[in-house]
Amino acid sequence: MSLLEVEGIDALYGDSHVLFDVSLRVEQNEVVALLGRNGAGKTTTLRTLMGVLKPRTGAIRLAGLPIHGLPPARIARAGMQLVPEERAVFGGLTVEENLRVARLTAGKPWPLDRIWEVFPRLKERRASRGRTLSGGEQQMLSIARALIRDPTLLLLDEPFEGLAPLIVLDLVALTRRLAAEGRTIVIVEQNVSAVLDLADRVYGFNNGHIVYEGQAADLRANPAPMRGFMGLAA
Amino acid sequence: MPSTAALLSQAFNGLALGSLLALVASGLTIILGTLGVLNFAHGALFAVGAYTAFVMMQATHSFVLALLGGSAVMLIVGFAMERLVIRHFYARPDEDQILVTYGIGIVLVEGLRAYFGGNSQRVPVPSWGVGATKLGFMIYPTYRLQLIGIVAALLVGLYLVLYRTSVGLVVRAGIENAGMVGILGIDVRRTFLFVFAVGIVAVGLAGMLYAPVVAVTPDMGASFMVQSFVVIVLGGLGSFPGAVIGGLIAGEIISLTSAFDSAYSEVMLYGLMALVLVARPQGLFGTEGRV
Repeated sequence: MSLLEVEGIDALYGDSHVLFDVSLRVEQNEVVALLGRNGAGKTTTLRTLMGVLKPRTGAIRLAGLPIHGLPPARIARAGMQLVPEERAVFGGLTVEENLRVARLTAGKPWPLDRIWEVFPRLKERRASRGRTLSGGEQQMLSIARALIRDPTLLLLDEPFEGLAPLIVLDLVALTRRLAAEGRTIVIVEQNVSAVLDLADRVYGFNNGHIVYEGQAADLRANPAPMRGFMGLAA
Repeated sequence: MPSTAALLSQAFNGLALGSLLALVASGLTIILGTLGVLNFAHGALFAVGAYTAFVMMQATHSFVLALLGGSAVMLIVGFAMERLVIRHFYARPDEDQILVTYGIGIVLVEGLRAYFGGNSQRVPVPSWGVGATKLGFMIYPTYRLQLIGIVAALLVGLYLVLYRTSVGLVVRAGIENAGMVGILGIDVRRTFLFVFAVGIVAVGLAGMLYAPVVAVTPDMGASFMVQSFVVIVLGGLGSFPGAVIGGLIAGEIISLTSAFDSAYSEVMLYGLMALVLVARPQGLFGTEGRV
């Protein structure tokens, strides 16, 4: 049994059909990348997995438990955790308060000290309000807020977008470390070279359909298939 | 030019009015911030609170028991409103939410009128608040001083709940982004129910506490509601400190202007609101980008 099984989901934003018959699976300890152009359906897939968007048809199972149609809070308590593209840090709350909110309903939350170990920068800024953090710090806090819940499956939506190259290097290293520790991750990212380095497997999206499935190592060796869903050879 | 004594007296009146406005606006702004619902029934609920005090006082002859019993009634009203009506409107457009809460307000006010009649009712000043107190520089009605103290204590209590408890942490996070609170595993629907009920108890308590000072009529909440809207615009939508400071500023402006010419008190209030909207559209304590 795969950790995550998605079978034939369709999703709509109002009247516009955005996901068509999307099926995918994620194994325990695997890092899976969703690649595709803007608007291909990657973010929508993550939002549908998290329950923010309800799938019209199809089934989603997390560790065998059907989760489609459940509200996000129930899905989070089942062990899935989305780090959204917009980071969604609570700007009026301090760094520590942001983390405390996230811990409230977690089964086995990390102690704060473990977060400070992974993110020493956040420890320095623990009393600062979210809105005063830099973009990179906000992204760290957004990831930390997910990690403190010790999720069985982490969904990262464009974690490197809009950040300075040095910060991106830090976050890539962090993601690599999480993967090496055996954390299961689904990542959506435009930075193809960074993500191909991190991922074990890749799904290619085009116009709401999955058009490619393969090993990241194969794409690194031969990027030609990416023309089909990225419109470029990385 | 009014005398110094008259101005001081009006300043105290402003404090009493301002603290009540702060209590009413706190509930309104937290509900708006967390649930995204602008509760147009808030004024009617202020009157429901005052009438509850009237009925409870007749039954128990104790103002303290009336406040406690009245709070329990308002809690039930808040729970019922959220469960039966409001929760079905979270995903509906703003106009629908305004129409349904406005409609509830009309039903409540007309229900009060049908049951109690259109004539005003009197709630006696509690025995421990009768008379006037010498402050050294002036004499001021004792109950009004107590009113300021009680409301201040209630606001401090609300502050402690919001800033020192886990529930308050969730509410403050929910005011910013209720969707993200859900993604972090917290059942926001339950938080919404709690916030709505607390907001209704707050406005009900304001009505109960105000009842001994004025004539209790079905329409008594109307001006409070409009002024509370101004308060939350002044303070910043969804901001509790904004509601408190905004309430006090509004109370003082209304009362101090009345010392000169009461016809201008609302003009001054709206004038200040216009100024704040031009200089700082997000309000004194609001966050930029929030609407």
